[in-house]
Amino acid sequence: MARVATGAAPQPRWWPPLVTAGAVALVLWSWAGTGIDVRALLAGEALRHVAAYVARLFPPDLSPAALSDAARGAWETFAISLVGSALAVALAVPLGLGATRTLYRGPLAEARRPGPARMALGVALVGLVRVILAVCRTVPEIAWALVFVFVVGLGPFPGVLALGIHTGGVLGKLFAEVLEDVDPRPLEALQAAGAGRAGIVLYGILPQALPQLVSYALYRWEVNIRAAAVLGFVGAGGLGQRIHVAISLFHEQQLLTLILAVYVMVTLVDGLSAWLRARLA
Amino acid sequence: MAWPAVPSPASPGRPRLSRLLVLALGATFVLALREAEVDPRLLLQPEARANVARFVAGALPPRLDADFIAFLARPVAETIQISVMGMVLALAIGLPLGMLATSSLTWRGILHEQAGGPVRRLLALLPWGLARGTLSVFRSIPEYVWAFMFVRAVGLGPFPGVLALGVAYGGMLGKVYSEILEGVDPQPLEALHAGGAGRSGVVLYGLLPQALPHLVSYTLYRWECAIRASAIMGFVGAGGLGQQIELSMRMFQFDEVLTLLAVLLLLVATVELVSGYIRARVVG
Repeated sequence: MARVATGAAPQPRWWPPLVTAGAVALVLWSWAGTGIDVRALLAGEALRHVAAYVARLFPPDLSPAALSDAARGAWETFAISLVGSALAVALAVPLGLGATRTLYRGPLAEARRPGPARMALGVALVGLVRVILAVCRTVPEIAWALVFVFVVGLGPFPGVLALGIHTGGVLGKLFAEVLEDVDPRPLEALQAAGAGRAGIVLYGILPQALPQLVSYALYRWEVNIRAAAVLGFVGAGGLGQRIHVAISLFHEQQLLTLILAVYVMVTLVDGLSAWLRARLA
Repeated sequence: MAWPAVPSPASPGRPRLSRLLVLALGATFVLALREAEVDPRLLLQPEARANVARFVAGALPPRLDADFIAFLARPVAETIQISVMGMVLALAIGLPLGMLATSSLTWRGILHEQAGGPVRRLLALLPWGLARGTLSVFRSIPEYVWAFMFVRAVGLGPFPGVLALGVAYGGMLGKVYSEILEGVDPQPLEALHAGGAGRSGVVLYGLLPQALPHLVSYTLYRWECAIRASAIMGFVGAGGLGQQIELSMRMFQFDEVLTLLAVLLLLVATVELVSGYIRARVVG
């Protein structure tokens, strides 16, 4: 029987029911485990608590003192996110290059006829860098922040380090993917013309990959402005620290001012980053 | 002198970043560097070295006795459960709001061409704008801030974590859903419309079949993020692994911290694998 070629791969028949059953089981198990009482929820118990809390938030504290405090916190958070993202890029470029497999095996490497020892060294290097990147990005920013607060003390600097390490891991992986994905023909041409590995990276790979790298870095900056607003919870400065204090001391109206500051700043950075990306693309 | 028009791949006809802008960005960066109190010497001073040594000495070997491993089962399960229930709530919030925020569903394009006069179309803008505004507020406040507030509102435990994930991720899902729904190929919709299909027919047979794989794929991707987030939200008292990490860190039990971080690493890697496998099949 002739089969009509379709765009999608043919799906095995057991697939949808199995996944559906698995999803339903997962939800039921989670429902039981989190102990969410739907009746209490529908009776409005929880909603009443939330509503009462929200009512206490209003009106926001718009006194000059509260506003200037929120502005200082916002600027500190902005600074942490910017410097942290820069540190992340500084880490991600060398680590990303170290994790780029096409540099150590495949046609680019084989053309140089490396001995088995050098080949093994390349493979080991890629593996090691990939493990480092995985550890950096899997440990959440806030856990890194806890560690760095312990090491260098309170303040914005541990926040910068935490963002830099975590985001460095995320960007390093993304960068390696981009660097592996470039069009290989210019690289082969460079190699045929006698360029070494550094020359191939500088004149073949980076120019092709740059717009994508910048775009990823800007995207992660958007993520980091949110993260930086939270790191203060563990003592790493910025709006988070002020939010933590306001919540702990039941200063709800100041809390709303600070949350509004987070909202405004996140929206501004999203806009700025989108604008920069559109210009650079 | 006129240059031949060579299409530049960098920026066809658009202005590059001006020197002024680069200068402004540079100045901002220098100011930010000072504000962030960046001082690499802090990392090398004797006190920091002693702290690192204390941390490493305390963390090695990680705590792997049977008691602790058995004890870990509960926070791990709780982390997964919070992420799943949070995603259920996020879907319940994001799907309806996302559909309302889709301009092609509420006021623009093929579905609305002959639907009423300008007043009716203006009225349809109202829910669209409200939905977009709500989604924007939901997703712009980080989930940990939501979690912290919900802990205050409904008490400690997994429930505030579920609420926080649901609200923050509902906002993200809703926005991306509306982008996916607006981005579908309009031609099949027009064909259905021309063939006499009603509004629900166009949505059911034209819009959803095109959008569904992308909706499912993005939802799964968000679930990966939700696991990580639910582990972290514990830091503010919303249950799961994070609460344990925070506790062990505060008690200087670094051998427990190391085990907990390794478990978190394993959990996230497993979820990435499972979700990546399903996503590859769905979008295929």
